[in-house]
Amino acid sequence: MPDPALSLRGLVKRYGALTVTDHVSLDAAPGAIHAVIGPNGAGKTTLMQLVSGFVAPDAGAVLLNGRDVTRLKPHRRARQGLARSFQLTAVLPEMSVRENVALAVQSRLGLRWGFLRRAAGDARFDAPADQVLARLGLADRADVPAARLSHGERRQLELAMALALDPAVLLLDEPLAGAGPEETARLVSLLSGLRGGPAVLLIEHDMAAVFALADTISVLDQGRVIASGPPEAIRDDPAVQAAYLGESL
Amino acid sequence: MRGWVLPAAIFAALAVLPFLPLGAQSGFVMLLATRAMILGLAALSLDLMLGGGGLVSFGHAAFLGLGAYAVAMLDAAGMNDALYVVPAALGAAVAFALPTGAIALRTRGVNYIMITLAFAQMLFFAFGSLADYGGDDGYTLNAHTTIGGVRLLAHPGGLYAATLLLLLLAYALCRVLLASRFGRALRGVRQNRARMQALGYDPFALQLAATLIGGALCALAGVLLVNQAEFASPAYASWQRSGDLLMMVILGGVGSLHGAILGAAAVVALEEALSRVTEHWPLIYGPLLVLAVIFLRGGLAGIGAGIGKRRDA
Ligand SMILES: Nc1ncnc2c1ncn2[C@@H]1O[C@H](COP(=O)(O)OP(=O)(O)OP(=O)(O)O)[C@@H](O)[C@H]1O
Ligand SMILES: [Mg+2]
Repeated sequence: MPDPALSLRGLVKRYGALTVTDHVSLDAAPGAIHAVIGPNGAGKTTLMQLVSGFVAPDAGAVLLNGRDVTRLKPHRRARQGLARSFQLTAVLPEMSVRENVALAVQSRLGLRWGFLRRAAGDARFDAPADQVLARLGLADRADVPAARLSHGERRQLELAMALALDPAVLLLDEPLAGAGPEETARLVSLLSGLRGGPAVLLIEHDMAAVFALADTISVLDQGRVIASGPPEAIRDDPAVQAAYLGESL
Repeated sequence: MRGWVLPAAIFAALAVLPFLPLGAQSGFVMLLATRAMILGLAALSLDLMLGGGGLVSFGHAAFLGLGAYAVAMLDAAGMNDALYVVPAALGAAVAFALPTGAIALRTRGVNYIMITLAFAQMLFFAFGSLADYGGDDGYTLNAHTTIGGVRLLAHPGGLYAATLLLLLLAYALCRVLLASRFGRALRGVRQNRARMQALGYDPFALQLAATLIGGALCALAGVLLVNQAEFASPAYASWQRSGDLLMMVILGGVGSLHGAILGAAAVVALEEALSRVTEHWPLIYGPLLVLAVIFLRGGLAGIGAGIGKRRDA
């Protein structure tokens, strides 16, 4: 197995008396999909926030390609190859779909600053952006302001922005939430096409999708990893079944 | 209506104004128009921060004061040429914007508003305590700022022309900046800060850059303001003036840039008109602005765009 692109070591996060992340350690290998599942309020999104740097842990470390990034701000982690989507979709509503993605390209190329030349219409950013949009089936929406996208399209746009960063590690927080059956099928096939690319840490409630996509599954309950392993082992784990209180896996 | 029509019309109107046959009123109209353009420059620089970066600074008038006192202090030392005055004003603005901006940008929302207000008030009281420069009473200039030795700003027509030129250049600069990679990233931060961070952008650096540029441009407005009044007063940096600048931007339409110029003209005209009716004019002026902000979605610039749209349809 290749060295982990992302490694979490004993992460702890407390909100007052509530321990939301309880000594979580896990690895994500390049080219593989590591799913994190767990009931509502288990601490999945918080874990995502700790990894991407939006929330600081009380203890533990985050390693990105072997480097300790625990003290780095979110934008620094992003520049080191970490991309993410948000559970509550985060796009730039007043800009066109293409410009949303072009901003990601602009960042990947290290051309974040520049004061004179017009950014919109710059082929260095637009051409790669259009490629990613085509891949996600958003090509015909490129000129539409992101505010006018449907919820599902916004999720896809978020994914497009993350992919346009060409990340080493991709964090996805419920990318299928609210998607219809057709959209889900398309997104699942797109995500499985990512295998061999970045290390993916996937939070998802859609169990069919999780078991179809994941190489490894970790189960989070009340902030703790109660099980971690290949999908077949997780399905049969009694602790997991107890945590889900008989929900069928 | 194409985006450039309204700004082009504004600048064309400003360019022909001095040549209109206004008779006895002409001097007075020029005076008001010059004042509107100077405050328009200040409001424009605030719109770069507010419309571009979402920064609701309640202390922007501090930069008017810095520009004005840069002129006053050099005037007292017998130095009046723009060669010294302009770098001093810009330098003072950057020297003030860098630390205060860096601190204020650690906060958000109401806290940011309050901190920018607090820093501007500190400066206001500091100006008032400058005994060598008139203290609270302000400082009367010995001479206007010269440009390469030429006393252009001493003549109303020269001041008008210089102000119009500077306003045009500043407007063009802000347009270019907002469309640039920097400007696009800055607008992104206003629309969704976390998203931009996740893309690798540093909101703090982007907003600080906007603050430095906005502050520097506003200091130039301060230089012009003191030349028009021939007088530097701590009141230039007062919180009321900061509030006026915010009002101009909001009234004109946040983020449109030319709206800030329209907003400044409207506020200057309104102040003038109301102050003739009653000495208690702020009692009318305040509620009028509030109503305008509530009912004019998109501001004055938005009305222009709306009329154009109806015609296109
Ligand atoms: N900023 C905060 N302050 C206090 N408590 C918080 C905060 N953020 C999260 N929590 C609490 O931490 C727990 C875990 O929240 P989190 O959002 O990480 O769960 P989740 O697994 O993503 O849930 P879901 O499946 O509903 O998205 C919840 O009980 C939540 O109320
Ligand atoms: Mg969540």
